[in-house]
Amino acid sequence: MDDFTTRLAENTAWMAWTWQTGLFFAAIASLLVVFTLIAVWKPERPRVGVLTIPTTRGDRLFITLLGSAFINLAWLGLVGPELGWALALCLVYALAVFRFV
Amino acid sequence: MDKPLNNRAWWLVAPVFAIVAFSAILPIMTVVNYSVQDTFGNNQFFWNGLGWFQELLDPATELGGRFFDALWRNLLFSAIILAIEVPLGILVALSMPREGWKVAATLVLMALPLLIPWNVVGTIWQVFARADIGLLGYGLNWLGIDYNYTGDPLAAWITIVVMDVWHWTSLVALLCYAGLKSIPDAYYQAARIDGASRWAVFRTIQLPKMKRVLLIAVLLRFMDSFMIYTEPFVLTGGGPGNATTFLSIDLVKLALGQFDLGKAAAMSLVYNLIVLAVCWVFYTVMTHAGTERPKEETPA
Repeated sequence: MDDFTTRLAENTAWMAWTWQTGLFFAAIASLLVVFTLIAVWKPERPRVGVLTIPTTRGDRLFITLLGSAFINLAWLGLVGPELGWALALCLVYALAVFRFV
Repeated sequence: MDKPLNNRAWWLVAPVFAIVAFSAILPIMTVVNYSVQDTFGNNQFFWNGLGWFQELLDPATELGGRFFDALWRNLLFSAIILAIEVPLGILVALSMPREGWKVAATLVLMALPLLIPWNVVGTIWQVFARADIGLLGYGLNWLGIDYNYTGDPLAAWITIVVMDVWHWTSLVALLCYAGLKSIPDAYYQAARIDGASRWAVFRTIQLPKMKRVLLIAVLLRFMDSFMIYTEPFVLTGGGPGNATTFLSIDLVKLALGQFDLGKAAAMSLVYNLIVLAVCWVFYTVMTHAGTERPKEETPA
């Protein structure tokens, strides 16, 4: 197994992977896994919120992630490269989406 | 629908997921990975953090300047072709025959431009509009109009817009025609009894009944024109200068022309996010367009 991981690392070195990219996608992947588990554990029915469209938890997660990307980009363009407060804003946005959409 | 769905069928999607993982997920991970790094070739990469994104979103920098220029250019192009193709498409649909052998003939004729491969459309217009041998270009110059799409930005723009209108108006027209066909005859009979004018029939019967297909047409045409690459690439190659360099053309110049992988990755991610947002609106409207129907029609 150890041999396999070292060989994998050697063979993908040309792709120049960074741990930051890994962390980013690991976070998204684990979100998807968590939401899948919740969906299996507690199946739900779509509900209609402020957007007047029926949404499931997965839809709300998608709206949250897409909106968060734009929040971060807007912060980067208008305020600056310190994205700590932008992430806090994303959290507020996420709570609002899961509560009202 | 109180019984929860059986989700075991999702396992059947597993092979598709495996293919998509290699054809889409891994490439997009690579793009994200490149967007936070810089390379000077030789396959050596250096950490750059959010630097490219910061540069991209600041119009004062070289990268941000060309990105926003291409973005506005592309939005202007989409606005122009929508403003022409939608009314023109409605007009064409209204004047298409409703019955007889003419219906089939018109439908085939209308579908022809849609069947031509995009690079061929570009080539057709590239030759057609040439001032030395093209029928359009030679004809215009013969009439005394100074027309040269390779040197004059306005001429290049007009040529691309006319080409897009020629290529895609039939799509809008065919969608509107389908919407018109679904109106029952009783509506027109009622309008005749009331003595409604042609304009009143259009305003109160035809246009409301075409609302849904028009929405689909507008979204489809917006997405397509926002991602346009092949036709202007073949026709003008983005020129003269950068006059017709739309977003995707600029992206290819950046990624494959200059080989600035980091900058190109950041630009394509922002571009992709815009497209994704519009796609989501498109998908939501398409899938929920039918569900609102009863609510709309009960008050009447």
